[in-house]
Amino acid sequence: MKYMRTFFIIWSTLLMASNAYAQKKLSKNQQEKFVVLGNCEMCKKRIEKAALTVKGVKMAQWDIPSKILQVVYNAQKIDADQIHLAIAQAGHDTRLHKASDVIYAELPLCCLYERLNIE
Amino acid sequence: MKLYKLFILFIGCWPVTAQTFFEGKIIAKENTETIAISGANVYWKDTKVGAISDSNGNFELEIVPNNNNLIISYLGYKTDTLSVDLSKRLIHFLKEDPEAALAEVTVTQKQRTLQKSVYQAQNIVTVNKDELLKAACCNLSESFDTNPSIDVNFSDALTGTKQIRMLGLTSPYILFAEENIPSVRGAAQAYGLTFTPGTWIESIQITKGAGSVVNGFESIAGQINTELIKPFAAQPLFLNLYASANGRVEGNIHFTAPVGKKWHTGLFIHANQRNQKVDRNNDGFLDMPIAEQLNLLNRWQYTDAERGWVGFLNFRLMEDHKQLGQVEFNPTASTDGIWGSELSTQRWEGAMKIGKVNPILTYRSWGLQAALSYHQQESYFGLRIYDINHKSSYINLLYNSIIGNTNTTLKSGINFYFDTYEEQVDEVNWLRTDQGIGGFTEISQTSEKINWTLGMRIDIHNNLGTFLTPRFHLRYTPFETSIFRASAGQGRKAANIFAEQQQQFGTNRSIQIRNTDGVFYGLEAEKAWNYGFSWRQILLRGPKQADITFDYYTTDFEKQVVVDWETPGAIKFYNLEGESYAKSFQVAVDYSPSAQWDIRLAYKNYQVKSLYDSGFKQMPLQPKNRFFVNVGWESKTTTNGRQWRWDATWHGVGSQRLVASPRDGQGRWAPAYNLINSQLSRTFSSDFEMYLGGENIGDYRQVNAIISAEQPFGPLFDSAQIYAPIFGQMTYVGLRWNL
Repeated sequence: MKYMRTFFIIWSTLLMASNAYAQKKLSKNQQEKFVVLGNCEMCKKRIEKAALTVKGVKMAQWDIPSKILQVVYNAQKIDADQIHLAIAQAGHDTRLHKASDVIYAELPLCCLYERLNIE
Repeated sequence: MKLYKLFILFIGCWPVTAQTFFEGKIIAKENTETIAISGANVYWKDTKVGAISDSNGNFELEIVPNNNNLIISYLGYKTDTLSVDLSKRLIHFLKEDPEAALAEVTVTQKQRTLQKSVYQAQNIVTVNKDELLKAACCNLSESFDTNPSIDVNFSDALTGTKQIRMLGLTSPYILFAEENIPSVRGAAQAYGLTFTPGTWIESIQITKGAGSVVNGFESIAGQINTELIKPFAAQPLFLNLYASANGRVEGNIHFTAPVGKKWHTGLFIHANQRNQKVDRNNDGFLDMPIAEQLNLLNRWQYTDAERGWVGFLNFRLMEDHKQLGQVEFNPTASTDGIWGSELSTQRWEGAMKIGKVNPILTYRSWGLQAALSYHQQESYFGLRIYDINHKSSYINLLYNSIIGNTNTTLKSGINFYFDTYEEQVDEVNWLRTDQGIGGFTEISQTSEKINWTLGMRIDIHNNLGTFLTPRFHLRYTPFETSIFRASAGQGRKAANIFAEQQQQFGTNRSIQIRNTDGVFYGLEAEKAWNYGFSWRQILLRGPKQADITFDYYTTDFEKQVVVDWETPGAIKFYNLEGESYAKSFQVAVDYSPSAQWDIRLAYKNYQVKSLYDSGFKQMPLQPKNRFFVNVGWESKTTTNGRQWRWDATWHGVGSQRLVASPRDGQGRWAPAYNLINSQLSRTFSSDFEMYLGGENIGDYRQVNAIISAEQPFGPLFDSAQIYAPIFGQMTYVGLRWNL
């Protein structure tokens, strides 16, 4: 009986420890939402395409009215910053990275958005 | 080489020399769109140096010394004064001036009622509700009249049933599905399309060519999926009434209501009746049957958007009765020597669907569909008897996910199917059970220019054996305005020779089945490859739209059950021994010169040939050429929702080969003819509208529709040799009311 109790304590400690470890472990299906500046259907294609070019991004959906991009990515492989960067390099500002003026100026007319400071 | 370098140098230097100019672009937001402002005044403050922006909003302005204060003004917008960085190109948004705002002009683009897929690999045409309204009557079989991809033929001179053809092949070669559950098959093949009322239909998706493997291996020419109206989205109470000059009366009532927070239910009731005896061609036979149908559908819809659950439950009951034959026939009295016929069909169905979408990983979902149906037809045609009882069950488990990212999607699943058929054909009873299990996987890859879908399924079937069904679709868009598609795929099916060819019972031909060693009435299962190529070129975009589509499809039968009507007094069924194909070419132009007008033109050519006992011939009653024109017009909707809508369809039906008969002789072709249908609708408010229409306005009728009508019990009696309508011009009126 005593052994049983000891075993149970050790077993539950191990379980909790592994649980804590699992929580620290980065998710393979990390979801994140952030604002990306853009206007139209064409921007939507450009933004989603730019996000998906980052290997490890599984899904990218940009909503035109709210300007919110929803991404699912493998956080064990990449971090969100890389996605922000790829999108900024395609000409669309995010909270973490701004598109260069040169790339911005080359956007198609319908995609020229008002450059704001976003939080 | 040196010259080349010099050129580079020159180009490189050019911006430096151009620095005496300042460039920029003036734009503004209109609703959600960014528009270029042309004609804006741009000038340096306190100077006369200025410019006007061009049609793209661009301007170029000479730099003046010691002044970088730029003023931009445009009528209707606030005038801005900016201090600009002269070394950089300026992109500037003008803000609307609410006080000076001009009357707003909104440009809305109308959605087309027949939408061709642009991004999908498969060649899919979606028919939406507005398009379905153009053919106001009355059921699924009549919903294709304004669509050039589908041809409508007449099956026989007795039942008035319309038969659907695609790529030159009759409806058994098309896989019909109702919300992705296979329907209109087996016993329901001949009349099943008339068992779905038109008002129940939300949209129809027509896939030309092999199509997806998800719904089974049976599709050969294509797939037609019908989406029914959803209780969640439908009006709480809807009423539709219809009456035609030939005595057809139809009524539809829909009720829908929410039940609790997550459930919606709908009750859809359809009834139709024709009780007038009409014999305009005086052959002693009714031109259209006396008929009545009662059709009930109860749907339950469950939605839990937060957790991603969706579900449907459907219950359906249908009873249909038709009386056909000679005018003086009375089923309840003794009628010796009078040819009469009755068809009674009872059908019930239960279906359920559950789907779960992962709320975070929205690309990951699974679904379960299950359907049970019972179909009973009891009928006699003069002295002939045909009864069929078909019980069917179907289960489909489907999983969707991605490979890598959402550009590559994966569909995978399992089907179970179980069908029992009990038939009585005159004195012979036939019993058969078809059962099997199928597993499938479909991978789709999407990119900007190329999409492809590769599907493969394996089936283990008690009567067809174990076999693979491969299907492939490709879309290539080298330019935004050119869409090329190619497809290849295989399909198989059991030929239900009696249920599919029920027009044979309206004849006194003797039924001869030559082969004896096959599983299906002694015959082998059918097997075919379908290959297709399509090119759609968009010619005009914007307020005027135009495109042209070329389609070429060929179906090669490896195995087929040949239906041979060539010998008078007999109908023969035998396994194909030799070549059989259906080649179809279609060129279609869609043109919308304005938001009010819509014009569709099409030409179709069909080479549908099989090796019959008597030689390699075009399928009888299959026009080689068909022309199609549809013109639609609608007035602008007034502020109180009033609108006029009008449309007209012209079918030019080319000549058709006729089989030898005492009426037609040997080697005759039916004359070409025209059919014109038209409809006018008036919307009085968003809740009430009425329509008036005419079918076969030119009143073209086939004379001597029934062969040997004067001797209906003689060996040559035949009502199946129909190439044109028997009933002539017909007008109808109807109303739709959302209460």
